[in-house]
Amino acid sequence: MKSMKYATAIGAGLAAALAMAAPAGAQDTVSMGVVSFLSGPAAGPFGVPARNGAEMVIDAINSGSLPAPYNTKGFAGATIEADFLDEAGGNTKQVAEYRNLVQKRGVDVVVGYISSGSCAALAPVIDELETLTILAICGTPRVFEEAPRKYSFRTMAHATADNVAAALYIRDMFPEIKSYTGVNQNYAWGQDAWRDFNLTMNKVMPNAKASDKLQFPKIFAGQYGSEISALALDDAELVHSSFWDGDLEGFIFQASPRGLFKNKKVLFTVGGTAAYRLGKRMPEGLIIGARGPYGILVRDRDTELNKWFIQTYFDRYGTYPSGPAYQFGQAILATKIAYDKAGAAAGGFPTQAQVIDAYTGLEFESFSTTVKMSLGGGHQATTENPLGITYWDADAAEVAVKDVKFYPAECVMPPDGETSVEWIEKGMSGAKC
Amino acid sequence: MNLALTILVEGLGYASYLFIVSLGLTIIFGVLKILNVAHGAFYAWGAYFCAFLIGEFSAMGVSDLGTMIAIPIAALVVGIVLGSAIERTIIRNLYGRDEVLIVLATFGLFLVLEDVILLLFGVDPYFAFQPTYAMPGVQIGGIYQDGYKLSMIALSLVVGIISWVVLNRTHWGKLVAAIIFDSDLAVAMGINVRRVFYVVFVAGAVLGALGGAYIAPTISVAPGFGVEVIVLSFAVVVIGGMGSIAGAAIGALMVGMLRAYAVLQWPEIELFVVYAVMAAVLIFRPEGLFAPAKARKI
Repeated sequence: MKSMKYATAIGAGLAAALAMAAPAGAQDTVSMGVVSFLSGPAAGPFGVPARNGAEMVIDAINSGSLPAPYNTKGFAGATIEADFLDEAGGNTKQVAEYRNLVQKRGVDVVVGYISSGSCAALAPVIDELETLTILAICGTPRVFEEAPRKYSFRTMAHATADNVAAALYIRDMFPEIKSYTGVNQNYAWGQDAWRDFNLTMNKVMPNAKASDKLQFPKIFAGQYGSEISALALDDAELVHSSFWDGDLEGFIFQASPRGLFKNKKVLFTVGGTAAYRLGKRMPEGLIIGARGPYGILVRDRDTELNKWFIQTYFDRYGTYPSGPAYQFGQAILATKIAYDKAGAAAGGFPTQAQVIDAYTGLEFESFSTTVKMSLGGGHQATTENPLGITYWDADAAEVAVKDVKFYPAECVMPPDGETSVEWIEKGMSGAKC
Repeated sequence: MNLALTILVEGLGYASYLFIVSLGLTIIFGVLKILNVAHGAFYAWGAYFCAFLIGEFSAMGVSDLGTMIAIPIAALVVGIVLGSAIERTIIRNLYGRDEVLIVLATFGLFLVLEDVILLLFGVDPYFAFQPTYAMPGVQIGGIYQDGYKLSMIALSLVVGIISWVVLNRTHWGKLVAAIIFDSDLAVAMGINVRRVFYVVFVAGAVLGALGGAYIAPTISVAPGFGVEVIVLSFAVVVIGGMGSIAGAAIGALMVGMLRAYAVLQWPEIELFVVYAVMAAVLIFRPEGLFAPAKARKI
């Protein structure tokens, strides 16, 4: 009897040790939480396209129908089981929802988050709960600059790239500009965006002066009559704005009849998300970015992956993909690549630690650009960043962009180990433009 | 001079829609003693239904200016149908109840109505820009102001005058005044108080919906945008005094003008200024600047 007990104990111990060492156990499914705005003012322009992009890529991965070289099924062979969750409701709710996802539902990986507020609030919680989490869109550079992160990755460039590229575009395309102002939302995203743009303008166009009547309305304010008047009365020739979500579209609707876009040059660093949605009502002559090489700015990029993404999205949802669709799709794709790479190295289904190792410093060809996880110790992506100018293409009967200029990642983002502010203030030393 | 004119126009524009919404809130409180947090839902429903109708009319070939007919239709339909349903099923069970219970019940109602919007209209914002693009802009103070905003100022004037006339120069106004003075005595005098309550609640709902319907063409009509207006409307009626039409007008003007001044001259204080004034009023004159005098019962 005693020997039986010893045998059982030894067997259990061996099983536990094997499980812990475990690279290569089989796993049929990977559970994933996908979080984006599914309600509220950010849902239509951002959350829903983001969800659609993620859903489309997940389905293609599960069926093995992505273009080569990504046409293997699943994450290291395991089918993705995705739950789509709403990011609306504020940071406190997101932290609670994240804890619920990880601790109660036990998901393997979380992908998502659009708002910088969500990411800033979640970053320490992700570290605490030690679960692989991919920040798909949120822009504030602080997430990976304020502390090293082990379990989180961001698969697109942060907001510094948008605003440095925007200032360079103004220098290159409108060197005659002598003054500028800004209208940005009053939280981390808008404050950081203006700071980076203004600091860069000070370096690349030192003769251009910033206005002292900057506008920082609160997010989702909805009405901008007074702000539009303030901008119209300001002598500044250029208006910088990082508006996104319904605020961006509402601002355009309110400013258009008042001639703001005819009297000023207006730069929207996230304007690409409004282009397809507003159609002919999208004013001509706007300088727009798309938070990287996505959406309307890469419509003509002639690669197999990009053509597949545009056509599949159009066939499925009846519209062309905007930036958020690409950005969420890219996050899912990056995660597949990391799982596959880790699985191949492990000779079977990988552990989370092995996936994290594979993710760190990953470089891959995404749907519309090359992505290098080269900042934040290999956890923060860098990509090129384009801007262009809107016009109405009468032949195609749709909004298009012209004078598109792509700025390389090494030109618009700081080197690893240096914060965005330090890098810009030092004159963007080492930038390769 | 240009700056002063711009502050005046922007302040009046912002005050005008706030006044229309706050007027509905304040007359409901003044007569029914119901602090209706669900008033923001009437605003949101008015905006959604109006944006939906404008889209439909536009698709049917109605001219951009002609689509404005959607505004009164949306305000009346939402105000009468939704207002009636809510008064008959929920509000009439709250008459005379504790204020905390009323606030909680109407807040719950607000959340339900917001979710029904999501269910019916979806999460995608609605655009109903046609009327704003159809109205020519006017140069005032060196900059272009849109004609639509000026029409909103005119509408709020008309609404204010009609409300004043109805309450001060008609039989109905006398009934309402009697109920405000003493509802028990009004019942004793043979006034059908429940009927007056119903009419006043529906009128307030129509005003809330009208505010939303008129603002719809200038914004991206998206889920959740009724919250902002209810907070501002409470600020307006707290400043002006609960239950006072003049108070709602002055409160809306103060909020509109202060906000316009802050945005144009001192943007850093824009988020703070409205609530600073509200706090000051609550400290020094808690009943509001124009609260109606109350009869002392012996």
